[in-house]
Amino acid sequence: MLPLAEITGSTAAIGYGLAAIGPGIGVGLIFASYVQATARQPESSRLTQPFVWIGFAVVEALALLGIAFGFIWAG
Amino acid sequence: MSTSLASEIPWPPSVDDFFLPPIVEGTNPWFTKVTLLVWIAVAALIIFFLVTYREPKIVPTKRQWIAESIYGFVRNNVAKDLIGHDGIRFAPYLTTLFCFVLLTNLFGIVPGIQMSPNSHIAFPAILAIISWVLFNVVGIRQHGFAKYMKNSLIPPAPWFILPLLIPIEFVSTFVFRPFTLAVRLFANMFAGHMILLVFTLGGFVMLNSNAWLAPVSVVSWLMAIALTFLEAMVIVLQAYVFTVLTASYIQGALAEEH
Repeated sequence: MLPLAEITGSTAAIGYGLAAIGPGIGVGLIFASYVQATARQPESSRLTQPFVWIGFAVVEALALLGIAFGFIWAG
Repeated sequence: MSTSLASEIPWPPSVDDFFLPPIVEGTNPWFTKVTLLVWIAVAALIIFFLVTYREPKIVPTKRQWIAESIYGFVRNNVAKDLIGHDGIRFAPYLTTLFCFVLLTNLFGIVPGIQMSPNSHIAFPAILAIISWVLFNVVGIRQHGFAKYMKNSLIPPAPWFILPLLIPIEFVSTFVFRPFTLAVRLFANMFAGHMILLVFTLGGFVMLNSNAWLAPVSVVSWLMAIALTFLEAMVIVLQAYVFTVLTASYIQGALAEEH
């Protein structure tokens, strides 16, 4: 029986789009918390800044795993 | 609006663009631009640090000051702050790691070179394996094998939850740490190169297609320039994060906890 409707293309693209939701929210949370913490106590900004970058890189790793696996699992 | 793609532009960019041919055709397939870049990076670092510290003076010369600033940054802000006072013995390795990752990353945006060896999984993988071996050996030497395993694998939790937590801790400490170290660096360099390829080659594709799209190619190239600056920030950040995470794992291995 012939298909009634079909979508062609790469589901890897859909997969990456879904995979980018989590890290997007995560990175936003990291920088939001840094801004809030600095607003509450400006002297702490120097102490907490390394954690901003470490946290950003760790969360971003998940988004980049999405890109990399998108190529590995595509088509 | 149909576009006819010029056939000589490798569009769309794919993973195959990362597999480079050997420099001299017909010889060893492993001697590619990437191999040459790694050798250049190693030679540049060795020569730089040797030459700038040949006759150190109390009032530093400009080159000596640059080398001391780089080493001082990693020694103070990474080794001492994260590991503590006896972390200073790791400062030479961490500085070398930081400088090597930074230099090989930078090759990705230098015009003319535009290929980072770290966009091939092999180089970040080896660096991550070295860091993994380092933090495990340091921990085992400090505590002894049994106590180190006990500290790493058994978190402070009620006994009935431990059968669930111990496999999680094992995979998290001994598998995920080196894996994510390598993949984080690799994927950042891979994705950055891909993005630059998309915007640069896309500009050429649009230039060669119909006359309405040709002016839009300028926008594409401006985006490529903007993304190169973003890539520069990512490069420095990824070198810093690789070093900081290695130092943090060493600190975790040395810690007297639980």
